[in-house]
Amino acid sequence: MAVVFIPTLLRPLSGGVDRVEASGQSVRDVIENLESLYPGMRDRLMDGGRLRPNVSVAVDGEVCPMGALEPVGPASEIHFVTAISGG
Amino acid sequence: MQSKVHVRTAINGEPAEFLCEPRQSLLECLRDLCNLTGTKEGCNDGNCGACTVEMDGRIVTSCLVLGVEAEGAQIGTVEGLARGTELHPLQKAFLENAALQCGICTPGFLVAAKALLEQEPEPSEARIRLWLANNLCRCTGYDKIIRAVQQAAREMKEARP
Amino acid sequence: MTKTEYQVVGTRPVRHDGADKVTGRALYGADFQMAGLLHGAILRSPHAHARIVRIDTAKALAYPGVKAVVTAADFPPAPDKLVDFGEGATPLAYVRGNVLASGKVLYRGHAVAGVAATSAHIAEEAAQLIEVEYEPLPCVLTAPEAMQPDAPILHDGLRTAELGEKAQGRSNISEHFRHILGDSKKGFAETDVVIEREFSTATVHQGYIEPHNATALWNNDGRVHIWCSTQGSFVVRDATACVLDIAQSRIRVTPMEIGGGFGGKIPVYLEPVAALLSRKTGRPVKILMTRKDVFEGTGPTPGSYIRVKIGATSDGKLVAAEAYLAYEAGAYPGAMVGPGGMCVFAAYDIPNVTIDGFDVVVNKPSTAAYRAPGATNAAFATETVIDELAEQLGIDPVEIRLRNAAKEGTRRADGPKFKRIGCVEVLEAVRGSEHYQSPLEGPNRGRGVAVGFWFNVGLPSSCTINVNADGTVNLVEGSTDIGGTRTSVAMQAAEVLGIPVEDVHPSVVDTDSVGFTAVTGGSRVTFSTGMAACEAAGDVIRQMKERAAKLWETVPDKVEAGRGSFRCNGHSATFKELAAKVGETGGPVVGRATVNPRGVGGSFSAAIADVEVDPETGKTTVLRFTSIQDAGKAIHPSYVEGQMQGGSVQGIGWGLNEEYYMSRDGMMMNSSLLDYRMPTSLDLPMIETIIVEVPNPGHPFGVRGVGEANIVPPPAALANAIYRAAGVRMRRLPMSPPAVMEAIWSK
Ligand code: FES
Ligand code: FES
Repeated sequence: MAVVFIPTLLRPLSGGVDRVEASGQSVRDVIENLESLYPGMRDRLMDGGRLRPNVSVAVDGEVCPMGALEPVGPASEIHFVTAISGG
Repeated sequence: MQSKVHVRTAINGEPAEFLCEPRQSLLECLRDLCNLTGTKEGCNDGNCGACTVEMDGRIVTSCLVLGVEAEGAQIGTVEGLARGTELHPLQKAFLENAALQCGICTPGFLVAAKALLEQEPEPSEARIRLWLANNLCRCTGYDKIIRAVQQAAREMKEARP
Repeated sequence: MTKTEYQVVGTRPVRHDGADKVTGRALYGADFQMAGLLHGAILRSPHAHARIVRIDTAKALAYPGVKAVVTAADFPPAPDKLVDFGEGATPLAYVRGNVLASGKVLYRGHAVAGVAATSAHIAEEAAQLIEVEYEPLPCVLTAPEAMQPDAPILHDGLRTAELGEKAQGRSNISEHFRHILGDSKKGFAETDVVIEREFSTATVHQGYIEPHNATALWNNDGRVHIWCSTQGSFVVRDATACVLDIAQSRIRVTPMEIGGGFGGKIPVYLEPVAALLSRKTGRPVKILMTRKDVFEGTGPTPGSYIRVKIGATSDGKLVAAEAYLAYEAGAYPGAMVGPGGMCVFAAYDIPNVTIDGFDVVVNKPSTAAYRAPGATNAAFATETVIDELAEQLGIDPVEIRLRNAAKEGTRRADGPKFKRIGCVEVLEAVRGSEHYQSPLEGPNRGRGVAVGFWFNVGLPSSCTINVNADGTVNLVEGSTDIGGTRTSVAMQAAEVLGIPVEDVHPSVVDTDSVGFTAVTGGSRVTFSTGMAACEAAGDVIRQMKERAAKLWETVPDKVEAGRGSFRCNGHSATFKELAAKVGETGGPVVGRATVNPRGVGGSFSAAIADVEVDPETGKTTVLRFTSIQDAGKAIHPSYVEGQMQGGSVQGIGWGLNEEYYMSRDGMMMNSSLLDYRMPTSLDLPMIETIIVEVPNPGHPFGVRGVGEANIVPPPAALANAIYRAAGVRMRRLPMSPPAVMEAIWSK
């Protein structure tokens, strides 16, 4: 199962837990499963079927261009990070 | 409507004339009236050197010269540096040394450096830095520009009989 | 390990656009001419914060030669929504509001109206005839002030967001984030030395020499054509479409040559105004900014207030760290404090970290990206604290950094683990350099070092390659070339095709003529567009194999290709020979690729600075400066050096001189290039460079973007050098002569 790192500001929803295992084929699946563990999580990360604006997802340390549709491996690490590019 | 002034001048060795408003700068006249857009505007107040041209053997920032002052003058711009298809040694040296990134400052640097090398064929690094201090470049940090001028000086010296 | 031998990659060819750029023929945005062209001017706010009570354009419209005036009222009504042009999502109302103010002006220089006339002089005069009645409001200019509960509020609707959740009350804080790794409180308890310091940095400008410009033609068929100097032609297309509420496909943007950007030429300012003016007049309208407009009306980089606390054990192991970053976004949210948080401790492996970041609006121009945005401010703080720790612990400043350097597998406080990075290699290059090894002698002199990180980005790029019958190819891309990327992209295609780079003719084309390509920014062009070029070249090779197979009556898989030739069963043909036969083997060969790559490799950079501080005047002279950076693989080493030198010198200017000098009522007092003092050739020594190459496994040649990380370490390296030269710790940027003098006096 993938390991999801709970963003610091969402840890009140997880009772302070900072990482949790969740299954899923894609980032969207994983977030759905996260929601069943910690209700309220989905709305903080997603808007409709997509990641919220200004939220990016990194799977295995790589910011993913496909966002919520990004495939997730069985042992992947998932982080939610700020979306930005540079100068 | 402001009446216009008829200015007769010479640009890059060719007789040229234009009709300008008295308030128009030489930079505007070159760019907008003569279609010589190689001379660039970076500040329009004499502080960046992008508009540097030669005027009667001196280098001037053309944004601070009025078009009407060009009457009877000899103006030299970046467009006059190459001889036919042969680039000026400075132009070649700038390319070979990667002395330009965005290139907006390049025309001003070339015109200023050419005037330097004509007056002082073997300037020291310190002298080049002082001479070019009125030309701003934000991309290169000047290193490769200085080296390009040094290389051109060497090559021009070797080419002299 | 044997090094791969390349034919083209790693060489230093002359750039393809070189002749145009040294002869004055290259056409930049301001050089654009067209029959019937009108000229525009922008009226800007004289107040830092005021309500717009009334705008009367009658006198301006009556002025001879004036053809049209526009204000925010000319924007078509559109529901507010979030829009994203590659720099993060932002409400449309903010993007529009910055193009032309509506309701309130939020900074001095805020655009209020646009005029089109038969000459630029007439347009400027007419702009002054527009009567605007303002009701001035109190202004707030720094993040700490703007965060006070009783501070004047810029946006009534703004609520602090914390990852998807909005706070209740009105605030100037648009966003707060927090990263926690381990437990910094516990961590500090295990340390022997703890140093905590406060820092502030002034607002500085990107300082490109070419002012912003835009020409727009609203054609009679309803399509809009824009010519401008931009870092992202597709950003201009999409942003203008949103602002004007028309379909993207109705806009075509032709990127002209661009005279510098450094992040500052990503936002749109003039394009929508020129388009509205063109719609009203039926003629093309060109608007050029003055230098003052550039300073007062376009994105500088955030000023900031930063607190950094780092604890170490007596053997120099960093155990815990905390950072508090409050960045000034300017008038609209988006201070790039996020990247500041990602970069503040990125160079180090620290187990216990807490980082808080605040994005704060103030009455200054809306900030834009500037070369590794957010990272330089943060590194100034961290790297001077590390230097103090090294001093207190009696450890060499490079040694303490090496002992704690981030490596592959190190977890950053913002979450992800680093992949293969070159932090250690960069620091080792510092230690081994002739510069660091050589003694620095003489009174009032000192040497400082610092390291910095920028993560770089990928983002989409498109590329097509057309094979010519003479064996050359035409390469079409959409990344505006700000410093030689046509060539660094063409070199990668040439390497894959096995042909000389002179045989690749690159062009940067308009948005109708190439697939979507994101901004020239984030150090991404040589990486992403380069990757697209490699893949398009691979597509050409694949098709050429098919052609060879036809000629030799075999199957494509049996044809071997490499180093520009094709072989099979004793047959062989060069790329050129085969290209001559594409007509008879099936027609034109066009390779194409689009990428949105992963595998971006972050880049570390370090700086060594030797300075002399004049104890009488406080003036710092840079005696010697070396920039060290991990390029992954330097495609064109001269251009890599050029990026390092340019970034270093911008960092030197940021460190020693540059600042928006603001009056209390929010007026920039030094809005000319005379008074906003950027480094000149006379202020500098040669900038030495050491390119480190730790290949990025995510790119075919190992490229890491090199455009940005180099600006990050210089201010801190200079501060550390000034300390050794003059005995004062500088914690405010710029470290201008008066600031250094003040520090010396209060020693
Ligand atoms: S435009 Fe003339 S000096 Fe800058
Ligand atoms: S090359 Fe861009 S300003 Fe000099």
